[in-house]
Amino acid sequence: MAQVVLQDVVKNYGALPVVHAINLDIAHGEFVVLVGPSGCGKSTTLRMIAGLEEISGGRVRIGDRVVNDLPPRDRNISMVFQNYALYPHMTVRENLGFSLYIAKRPKAEIERAVDQAAEILSLTPLLDRKPGQLSGGQRQRVAMGRAIVRHPDVFLFDEPLSNLDAKLRTQMRVEIKRLHQKVGTTIIYVTHDQIEAMTLADRIVIMRDGHIVQIGTPLEVFERPVNAFVATFIGSPPMNLLPATVRSGGLRLADGTVIPLPPGLTAREGQAVQFGVRADNIMPEGHSMPPTAHMALVEMPVTLTEPLGTETLLFATLAGTEVQAKMLNPRPVRTGEVLRFGIALDKCHLFDADTGASLRV
Amino acid sequence: MYRMRLPPWLVLLMPAFVILLAVVAIPLVLSLYSSFTAFQLTRPETITRWIGTFNYEKAIGDANFWAAFGRTVLLLTVALNLEMLLGLGLALMVAKVTHGQRLLRTIMMFPMMFSPILVGFQFKFIFNDNVGLLNNALQSLGLTDVAIPWLVDGNLAFIAIVTAEVWTSTSVFAILILAGLFAIPQDPVEAARVDGCTPWQTFRYVTLPFLMPFIYIAMAIRSLDVARAYDIVQVMTAGGPARRTELLWTLIGRTGYVDARMGYANAMGYIAILLSIAFTVHFFRKLSSARTSLGMGD
Ligand SMILES: Nc1ncnc2c1ncn2[C@@H]1O[C@H](COP(=O)(O)OP(=O)(O)OP(=O)(O)O)[C@@H](O)[C@H]1O
Ligand SMILES: [Mg+2]
Repeated sequence: MAQVVLQDVVKNYGALPVVHAINLDIAHGEFVVLVGPSGCGKSTTLRMIAGLEEISGGRVRIGDRVVNDLPPRDRNISMVFQNYALYPHMTVRENLGFSLYIAKRPKAEIERAVDQAAEILSLTPLLDRKPGQLSGGQRQRVAMGRAIVRHPDVFLFDEPLSNLDAKLRTQMRVEIKRLHQKVGTTIIYVTHDQIEAMTLADRIVIMRDGHIVQIGTPLEVFERPVNAFVATFIGSPPMNLLPATVRSGGLRLADGTVIPLPPGLTAREGQAVQFGVRADNIMPEGHSMPPTAHMALVEMPVTLTEPLGTETLLFATLAGTEVQAKMLNPRPVRTGEVLRFGIALDKCHLFDADTGASLRV
Repeated sequence: MYRMRLPPWLVLLMPAFVILLAVVAIPLVLSLYSSFTAFQLTRPETITRWIGTFNYEKAIGDANFWAAFGRTVLLLTVALNLEMLLGLGLALMVAKVTHGQRLLRTIMMFPMMFSPILVGFQFKFIFNDNVGLLNNALQSLGLTDVAIPWLVDGNLAFIAIVTAEVWTSTSVFAILILAGLFAIPQDPVEAARVDGCTPWQTFRYVTLPFLMPFIYIAMAIRSLDVARAYDIVQVMTAGGPARRTELLWTLIGRTGYVDARMGYANAMGYIAILLSIAFTVHFFRKLSSARTSLGMGD
């Protein structure tokens, strides 16, 4: 059983702290995705788990061992690097079998493991090539294959798909998910792509500036973001945030428009807040989901349209702020056309304007 | 009046042609030609006495020539391998140093800043059997009470010469290998650590293959250097005593300038150059195959 536990893990580069005492419990077999903007400390965290980066404080446990002082080779982990990090002077076969060769496994066993991994990742025809003769996607698969041949306790992925084109990325995403279902090994996966995070993760860990901001299942972080940062980071298009003030049970937007206070939220009278609504919850009348009990109606001029086929993304202006809305069963819309939009208030969010913290109870 | 008009490109290239002709082509042709004559420096008219391949046949049948040839190859092999190992060790240590590395790198190059002639004199003094540093040190430490004839005994003299060569030129390897160490991508090294490699295995299977091109470049440079070795040996032993440390070029130099048999010397020189070419070709082949195996173009 290989759960991974981070206890108050700190990383300093000299005097500069880049990871601040983070705590994380990862269960055996869980697929956890670390996500966050560039420079937030995802890679550093992963590399501390791998043993490639010294741990400045706290403890990292893999299985039942504290691994702080163990070199990477004693941690029984596999890692897939962002730039693949293949051995350029070895063939694909040698790359795949290298860890087993180092572990002095019998030749026959190595051959079997390599063939099996090559089979899973459709690398069999490429086994005798060198990495220099492979495409990006093929190199990526070799990197994955190298990780899976040795049945580690934990897989670590550091943005493995970021160098691939969109189509290949989608394809590999499915492959990774399938791989996890097949082998059931604990996976810690770093990305800054929230779609990857949402689609792959059992649980998402959202990081920012070396802190963990929220941990939760994809739906939890999508539906109940703890603050405005998570709200805008998770979900595409990003959640619309409108500055507002709480006035006599309603929300007063910058231009004086008043919207009823969404249910389930606590706000002080006069509190400066940010009103958050996703594009899926603000739709023009006649092109929306069936209305719910808590609806607010606003009129907005459309400034730009992005037809996506089954729906159209509308850019409109509300109280001086640009807002993205969705139009189902779309019809052509002229720019400048003023439409009436329904806002599904029970799906809306409220964040404190200063701290960004969610005001949901 | 008729004036010859040369095309402008020819006029522009003319200086280059003239210089090439003067410094390369003429000496080359002349020396090659003279190797087929009985040319003696003291009797210039002998340059016209054509004797065909006689000089070459003589060299090929000359035991002294082949002894010098073999000794040169031996020196090359021993010195290059020692320099490679020491240079590699030095580079690995310097690469680990974090503070004052620049200073260390500069110090490392000191031996290259001295003229080989002076290095020769210095080591001649160090290995001198009477007043030399080494014998004095050995005697003071009580390790021996005889004066070891460093530069007289053939084997010991060879060791002394190798020592001087290695001292001057290990830094060539160290510098080039250090450059290689700085150029190594970190990703594969980290991948190897995760794949279970000990530091030694990481070095053996990942770092070293990356360093091989750099090592072969150093080998190619140094093989040319050692194949034409003359100055240090000439100063330390002059190929003696009794030819015990004779190398190709001390032999050729003596034949040409002391014995004045320039035709014969040139013939031996051409055979010696074949040796250099062979080594260069060998190391460049190795270099290009090491580069190919790293996927660095062909
Ligand atoms: N060797 C280093 N010395 C000093 N600071 C470093 C070093 N390596 C990383 N950092 C800093 O640590 C912080 C976290 O880096 P890290 O690589 O973990 O970011 P990341 O979340 O993986 O970002 P990205 O998505 O761009 O890969 C960054 O601010 C970076 O500048
Ligand atoms: Mg990173």
